[in-house]
Parts: sequence; C-alpha cells; structure tokens
Amino acid sequence: MGLRTPLYDKHVAADARIVDFGGWDMPLHYGSQKEEHHAVRQNAGVFDVSHMTIVDLSGDKVREFLQQLVANDVARLKDYGKALYTCMLNPTGGVIDDLIIYFVADTQYRLIVNAATREKDLAWITERAVPFDVKVDERGELAMIAVQGPNARELAAPCIDAGWRDAALALKPFNGLQAGDIFVARTGYTGEDGWEIVLPAANAAATWDRLLGAGVAPCGLGARDTLRLEAAMNLYGSDMDESVSPLEAGLAWTVAWEPADRDFIGRQPMEKIRNSADKQRFVGLLLEDRGVLRNHQKVVVDGVGEGEITSGGFSPTLGRSIALARVPAGDYDRAQVEVRGKLLAVRIVKTPFVRNGKILIDV
Amino acid sequence: MSELPGDLLYTKDHEWLRREDDGTVTVGITDHAATSLGDLVYVELPEVGQEVESDGEMAVVESVKAASDVYAPIAGTVVAVNEDLADDPEKINSEPYGEGWIVRLTPTDDIDESVLMSPDAYQQILDELDD
Repeated sequence: MGLRTPLYDKHVAADARIVDFGGWDMPLHYGSQKEEHHAVRQNAGVFDVSHMTIVDLSGDKVREFLQQLVANDVARLKDYGKALYTCMLNPTGGVIDDLIIYFVADTQYRLIVNAATREKDLAWITERAVPFDVKVDERGELAMIAVQGPNARELAAPCIDAGWRDAALALKPFNGLQAGDIFVARTGYTGEDGWEIVLPAANAAATWDRLLGAGVAPCGLGARDTLRLEAAMNLYGSDMDESVSPLEAGLAWTVAWEPADRDFIGRQPMEKIRNSADKQRFVGLLLEDRGVLRNHQKVVVDGVGEGEITSGGFSPTLGRSIALARVPAGDYDRAQVEVRGKLLAVRIVKTPFVRNGKILIDV
Repeated sequence: MSELPGDLLYTKDHEWLRREDDGTVTVGITDHAATSLGDLVYVELPEVGQEVESDGEMAVVESVKAASDVYAPIAGTVVAVNEDLADDPEKINSEPYGEGWIVRLTPTDDIDESVLMSPDAYQQILDELDD
C-alpha cells in the first residue's frame, strides 16, 4: 500500500484505476482517459494533486536565499500572490526539480515541488537554507486540487467563500491569493484556464463532491499527462533531470541571466554553453505516419545525428501522435523516429501543440 | 466484470479465439486486456499471407498509456485482418469479442485445445487476478 491523499476514498468510490505514482496510490483514470482529456479541453475537469509537496519558506533573508537557490529570479515577483515557474539546479547546472514559487509576503514564499522528488528536494532546500536562517516548513496537512478547463473557474467559484469569490475570479493568469483558509491560484498543468486550490485536508472531500456535483469531470494522472504533453509543459524525470540543464530542455526562458552578478547555483556551468551553437535542441514532433511515439525512442536526423524522445504519446485533441524530443543542433524540420525497427517520418513543429482548446500546429 | 462469451477459447495472455465454420480461427484480446490497457489509439496489424508461429508476435495494440504485443495463440497463416481498427481502434474497447476482432488465421496444424482455456478456466484466472 502506498501513500494516500485525503481524496483516496473518493477515487475508489468513483471506480478509479489506482496506480503507484512516486510512492502514492493515485487515480490513473476513472474509466476513459480520453474522455477526461476532452472534458478539460471543452468544459472542466478536476485533478487530485495532493501528492505534490507544498513547502513554505519564511525568514528575513528568504528572498536572497531563493535568488541563490533557483535559476529564475524571484525579484520578478512584484505583487503578492504572483507565481514564478523555475528550475532548481545542482552545481553542474542539472535540474534537481522544477517548481512553482508563490510570493506570499516579503518574508514568506510558498514552493510547490514534485512528489517523486520530495525527499531530495527537502534535503537540498533545508541544507542550503541554513546560512540564510530561513525556516523550511513542509505543509503535508494540506490538500491540493486542480480544476481546469474553459469553464473551470466559473464552475468552481461557488467553492470559494462569498467574501473572496470576486477577488478569486479577478485573478490574472499566474496569480494567486489566500482566500480564508484556502489558497487559490490561476495556474495549472493542462494548457487550459483554471485554478489550483490548496486547502485543508479536512475540506478536500466536500470540495471535490461539490465540483463533481457542478458537472466537473474527475480526471486522473493519465489525462493530466496527455494534456500537459499537448501544452508542451515539461515533466520532471522525463524531459529533464539532473543530467541536463534547462537550456537543453526547452526551459531557457526560465533562466534569469540578469542581474549578471546573481550567482545562483548552476549558473557558472551553464554560462559555458549559454551561447553555444552546439546545444541540443528541445523540440516538438508530430508523427506523420500512423503509430504512437513513446519515451526513449530514437530520433534520426539524416546527415546530422541522433536524438531521443523525452515524452511521447497520443494526442486526443489532434488524433495524432506527438512528442517532445532532445535532438542535435542544426537547422532542419524533418526527422525520423525508430519504432519497433521501422523508421517513421516526423515533422518538427513549434510548441505548444494545443492551448486553450485550440490546435496551434498545422496537421 | 462482464460475462465471458461461452463459445470462445482463451489464453493466459488474455486473448480469445473463435473457431469459424470454414476452419479459420478469429483472434482478439479479452475485455480484461482491453480494460487494463485503457483507451486504444492504434493497432499495428500483420500482412495478409504472413505466417505466424505459436506465441510469436502477431500484432501490436497501443493505448494512450502503452504498447502491448498480441501473440499468435496458434501457428497459422493470416487470412484476414480487421482493417476497420485503423480508423477506429476503440472498437477493441467497446466490442472486444465482436467488431474488435484483430486477426483471422488458417491454422497450420490441428488445434490442440488442451493448451487453450475454456471460459470457466479463464474466468478462474481473472478471479485470481482480482484477489
């Protein structure tokens, strides 16, 4: 038996197929992963993401600490509640984890890190926090749900206390606010509008029921993966890990080089490849043939070299197979992928594949 | 779990066979296999005329989740493949024992039913999986 979220009994009652995910017993789907996927693109779906690790940091020097700890710059967070996506790097520039940081108060930030990397993340953060006298407080008692889709905010609004509802609905993308005993942010991992809601575990089941009662579809980790792949959002452990820097994982936009004297962990080794023309490319692939691209399949670029699919799968929105891949430097827009001994034609496309319900590539 | 059709034979790899009147054998995967895989999105079929060995790879079914080999339960020659699956692989989910059939074979030898399972025997395997 694995770890269980406060919503585990709800998943079982809804006939979810339960799988192990980073030590947690989590729902893969509740019958049809494709239908859950479409529900999020077309209406609204809700995901239990309580397995993710919530860490509150506090102290007078917490900002200085984060400016050293992560590759993006928390100085970009001007307003309370604003969120920042970033990577936390090791001294060689490899990605320890990707995370979201919320600016809660001048001396307080909230981090949301991955479940599968919880232990190493906490150990790393705690050790690095000591010289800054920053308190590291894991909030295991909190649950988290993501309600996503074009109608998600409207359908979820009744779950917010009336006194906070208008303010929550007025949140701009990548902003959050503490609304009574819940924290609501206009963020997500699907490429759709919606909220991520952090709430006391004791309230999770009632909120879940209320959302389902409003017509929001319960969605499992399977749909979460196909949705994030279409939105070309990276998955830690697949698209990047400690052996690769953000620059070769499509995450250069999350690295803040200015101010030049901000010496964040991992900066020096990345400076060396920063402007190199030899960097591997991180691209989207569209399979032109029938079939399904999968993680770790070999990408062959004639006359250039070989790369690898880091995330591959079937896109329910496109009805085609898509992938994210790390491929050799060079100017080309076609390649082949080796699938069971055969080479299948793929086109390199600009990502994301799908955003806000719309297909953004030529199919 | 729905009831298993009584006129089929089954394998430990969760495939089914139907002995047709013309001596050919139709093969598909069971409801249990289809449900475990999840929504099917692609089926790689063999060529008509291809010879397959018993327990040899015969087709590949891919769901949103993973790819899975379909093994030939008997040695034979492929006489027909279910072309409709190219556009509608989810027929395997919705009608695993009907329109979701995958391959039809002409057996190379007499079929040794002792290596295949009756519905009752296969049901027992499914019951043990649930425990």
